[in-house]
Amino acid sequence: MMGGFMRSLSKTLLPIAIAALSFVSVEGQAPKKATAPVKKSTVPKTPWGDPDLQGVWNDATSTPLQRPGGVGSKDTLNDEEAAEFQQQLANDLSRDRRDGGPEVDVNRAYNEHWMDSRRLKITADRRTSLIVDPPDGRIPPLVPLTPEREKARAARAAANTRFNAGLPEKIEDFSLPVRCIIRTDSPPYLPTIYNNDFQIFQSPGYVVIGPEMIHSARVIPLDGRPHINKNLRQWLGDSRGHWEGNTLVVETTNFRTDDGVVFQNANPATFKITERFSRVDTDTINYEFTVEDPTTWTKPWTAVIPWTKIDPAEQMYEYACHEDNYDVVHFLAGARSREKRGETK
Amino acid sequence: MRNRFTIAIVLVAGFGVITTIWLAAQQPPVRPAQTQPYRAPRLADGHPDLNGIWQAFVTANWDLQDHEAQPGPHPETMGAYGAGPAGQSVVEGGEIPYQTWALEKKKQNFEKRAMADVSSDKKWHDIGDPEFKCYMPGVPRATYMPFPFQIVQGSAPYILMAYEFTSSTRIIRMNTKQEAPTPSWMGWSRARWDGDTLVVDVSGFREETWFDRAGDFHSDELHVVERYTPTSPYHLMYEATIEDPKVYTRPWKISFPLYRRMEKNVQLLEFKCVPFTEEILFGRFRKEAAK
Repeated sequence: MMGGFMRSLSKTLLPIAIAALSFVSVEGQAPKKATAPVKKSTVPKTPWGDPDLQGVWNDATSTPLQRPGGVGSKDTLNDEEAAEFQQQLANDLSRDRRDGGPEVDVNRAYNEHWMDSRRLKITADRRTSLIVDPPDGRIPPLVPLTPEREKARAARAAANTRFNAGLPEKIEDFSLPVRCIIRTDSPPYLPTIYNNDFQIFQSPGYVVIGPEMIHSARVIPLDGRPHINKNLRQWLGDSRGHWEGNTLVVETTNFRTDDGVVFQNANPATFKITERFSRVDTDTINYEFTVEDPTTWTKPWTAVIPWTKIDPAEQMYEYACHEDNYDVVHFLAGARSREKRGETK
Repeated sequence: MRNRFTIAIVLVAGFGVITTIWLAAQQPPVRPAQTQPYRAPRLADGHPDLNGIWQAFVTANWDLQDHEAQPGPHPETMGAYGAGPAGQSVVEGGEIPYQTWALEKKKQNFEKRAMADVSSDKKWHDIGDPEFKCYMPGVPRATYMPFPFQIVQGSAPYILMAYEFTSSTRIIRMNTKQEAPTPSWMGWSRARWDGDTLVVDVSGFREETWFDRAGDFHSDELHVVERYTPTSPYHLMYEATIEDPKVYTRPWKISFPLYRRMEKNVQLLEFKCVPFTEEILFGRFRKEAAK
């Protein structure tokens, strides 16, 4: 889905990308500093002395993970460019159009009614990508994959094609989010169409992140205990945290090896993610993550996403997914019915 | 007459005094520790610290009421693996006070506990134990599933209860009068402190959850009041009063202790059971099966 989204974004952004090229400056080429400076006085503390991250936070933004093609090395925009960029992204994310293949349609299956309004705005610092390193704002190139992984990726792509054609053969043809197994609860946390809320709980020795989708609690012990044994693997991995000044640093390993469990189908055996949560002021957490996987990408990469505190009245809701997952039955039953009628293309 | 009567009273009184002295002499000296209620460690706000990983060790998930050891629904394939343990009722007075129609419904639930039919959206929840289908267990069942849960209590006006079973969670909101915004599987939990007891009022339930594998159930008018009382560094006493005028003739109560999990490296692991149910729920829509 990401591929289709990026392609369509590249298309619509071509004019602005060309315009933006003329604004490229020397400053624009410098890699953005990953972590904003934290003023000590602005960081509240819990009664037991840890930086206080408790509250409900939202990470929605329209700024894409990767810098759209053509913008080149320009990483931030001026007023006029920013307004146009934001408008284009909003348009591309939410308008009901038929200007691409099924992949594009599915990616825009929900119209503006469903869209978290925060999802239609770029980051306050007007970046053109959430990725800050490498400086080109793009995920580094892949290393050559083993034949087994190439085969697995091809099988996954074939399943996606069947799904997009409305002809899934079995439940395993659906992605893990559609099957309600994992959704936005697996790190790295990236903005999506809706329910971009995370409630943070703390107690002495723990930080716990409760993502709205799917109602899981990511319990992060801070007591320096080792990870669970490496032969014990989990959908959300196994997280350990520690404080570096006012920043919560979380390292997560032990991901399951199922297809699609880790970001962009990297290799769970070698995938490692380090997240840094820094409360920069009353209403903002700077969320930075670095992923590395030497058997997937040529180098590590880092993204920064601002989390905004939301009004407590705008609370988290229970996200029951599997409990009423009517759609997978509609898809499967529909596919069987189409086969009977000979509509297999 | 009067004299004899007086003498009798004096004799009886005297015997009573002697008996009291004799009984007192037989009893061990009263130890102050036994009469003082346990006082739990406090958090900075002065309330008891309930943080920890807890687990019930009752067999109420099979049946809240008295139950003998029993075969599972498919002994022909599951053998003793699918069988359930015996256990004594955790219901005060032993029996759940069902209305007549509801007792009949409970029996039907039990008969079809290990079945599922998702072929129609409208009948999606008609048969089968929600646990069998890996649905969120609701309250109080989440508390006595045979899995641990963690209480996360900090300085915010929220307490998190995170359950290992299907990674379900519930947020306990302290001292609020706000009503449930919409029905949910885990309900809408509002709490206050009553001395050392955390009292959680839970309403706003979806009607589909069950209480156990025996088919015990409720309606959308379910109202549960839970009480968590620390009784030692290693125990919480758990009580839940269950009320539902559509289904029972009166409110009823369950109680049992929760035990602190003491392993040095204890942590919640994952029991994401959705993949374990996909064949039973969706297998019939497989391409091969449709031939």
